[in-house]
Amino acid sequence: MSVMTPRGKFLRNTGFYIAAGITTLFVAVPILFALLGGFKDNQQLRENALGLPNPWNTQNYTDVLESDSFWQQVFNSIGIALVSTFIVVAAAAMVAFVFARYAFRGREFLFMLFATGMMFPFTVAVLPLFIILRTLGLLENPMGVILPQAAFGLPLTIIILRSFFRAIPGEIEEAATIDGAGPWRFFLTILLPMARPALATVSVLALVASWNNFLLPLVVLQDPNMWTLPIGVTQFSGQYSTDTARILAFVMLAMLPALIFYGFAERHLISGLTSGGTKG
Amino acid sequence: MGGRGVTATKTPISAPAEGRPDGRGGGKSRRRASGRPGAGTIATFITPGLALFLLFVTVPVIFAAYVGFFRWNGLGGAPTDFIGLDNFTELLHDDVFLGDLWHALLFVVMSLVLQLPLSFGLAMLLHQRFPGRTIFRLLFFMPYVLTEAVTAVLFGLIFSPSRGFADALLGAVGVDAQIGWLSDRSIVLFVVFGVLSWKFFGFHMILYLAGRQNIPDELYEAAAIDGATGWQMFRRITLPLMGPTVRITVFLSIIGVVQLFDLVYVLTDGGPFHASETMAITMYEQGFQRNRIGYASALSIAMFLISFVFALFYQRYVLKRDLAGGLTGSAASEGSRS
Repeated sequence: MSVMTPRGKFLRNTGFYIAAGITTLFVAVPILFALLGGFKDNQQLRENALGLPNPWNTQNYTDVLESDSFWQQVFNSIGIALVSTFIVVAAAAMVAFVFARYAFRGREFLFMLFATGMMFPFTVAVLPLFIILRTLGLLENPMGVILPQAAFGLPLTIIILRSFFRAIPGEIEEAATIDGAGPWRFFLTILLPMARPALATVSVLALVASWNNFLLPLVVLQDPNMWTLPIGVTQFSGQYSTDTARILAFVMLAMLPALIFYGFAERHLISGLTSGGTKG
Repeated sequence: MGGRGVTATKTPISAPAEGRPDGRGGGKSRRRASGRPGAGTIATFITPGLALFLLFVTVPVIFAAYVGFFRWNGLGGAPTDFIGLDNFTELLHDDVFLGDLWHALLFVVMSLVLQLPLSFGLAMLLHQRFPGRTIFRLLFFMPYVLTEAVTAVLFGLIFSPSRGFADALLGAVGVDAQIGWLSDRSIVLFVVFGVLSWKFFGFHMILYLAGRQNIPDELYEAAAIDGATGWQMFRRITLPLMGPTVRITVFLSIIGVVQLFDLVYVLTDGGPFHASETMAITMYEQGFQRNRIGYASALSIAMFLISFVFALFYQRYVLKRDLAGGLTGSAASEGSRS
């Protein structure tokens, strides 16, 4: 933008890298502590807390990777996340479709109903939810986590998809209708494929929400075989509280899937999170 | 908390930008005449989502509002011991709950004074074109994608009481001390706030960055031609046009603090002696560990009312300008489109 002297530019650059460097340390040190700590043994952690592992000890990581419970929890977390995401995106897409493209009596009321759902945070509802799940016999059942998660994800998903569906020109639907396609065929074979970017965004949001959910699986799933990763990590840290190195290895491995996923889906994740906040 | 929090803001912000608020677009009426689906079809599309929503969102919330007026341990059929407002009266005299409110207030103040301004500064920094800024952006946002409960386990070890990693770090800069990071009542809140900031500053930074990118470059070019200095441009262009984004992040921070649970529960369990307890932790302990379902429900309602009243107030008085026709943010982005 503005013209700068070489000296001004040098100062600017230096300032940038100092600030960015400090923030990088702030962010990276705790994660490096977990990563490197997992390669130490407990004696090293006490006596050589800051240095590199010496010798590098892979025992903690291999122990976790060889344990059935770790893989069971990864599997549970992935399963619950995938099914929740499928349910919330499918149900929300159907609702958003009619909200976006048809006028019918009660539409505004129904939309308001879903939109008020965003006012209720999970924590507020978890207690009555627990009682309802108990009444329905959904405790100790992955569906007891999946269905409420999907339900609480509906409002945001509907709102994002509705505005996307609205943007698809009416002429396309007209053409489909003239060719004899009913609402279902238009929805399934034309609208959904066209909405792939929006579907990807809401799916990423739903996956992340499910992957990170803690309170609901905490109260619904008591059976260790059903635990998701967040529950598993906290229980593991309680159980092996003296074996810090091993907990660090477990923590690092539990963070890894999210970090890898973030690497791939960063754009969708960020666009989903910011779409609400800033697109004027 | 951020992820869910954003949801609350989607409606107000997008509203002015949507060209057809009633959904009646140009070619609609013609098309409807040719192939308007019947009520049956519409009902089929809506029913799965609506049923899910009513059963797992609407009913629990109404149920909580009802149970809050009873003394109930959650067992043996519906609650019968109606006690009126007793649960709420008790709540207002409960030192733990009042402490929760105090902690929430402190977290909010610290966020507004420290976390948000620093995130804002970083966003302004990362908006400049520097080699490597993409990597910094990726890195700074990273903590936000980690699970809160897992993050809390990690920081629990970092701040472990007996010569943990945090003490070792202090030792490296010459301070030889064993600090009770999480066991000292006078500092635990600040430690928790530090962890919260570590986890969430990247989220706010990303929102600020997106807001900054929505400001059209033409404004700065015009200002530069008029001879404006960098500071003048920041003061007269950047700050006012960032207003809507700032107001949203303030909103999200506050709503997030009211609902705080996972991270604090795993990190400190609200301790020592309730010194870092949050409303949601008190609710969880009363409801799930002491089976005081009625009392915990009253607490849930209080949490909801606090968020709700705050949200109404905030949208009415603070976000009003942003909603009233996009004088600020949307006008600017509208301008960049045309």
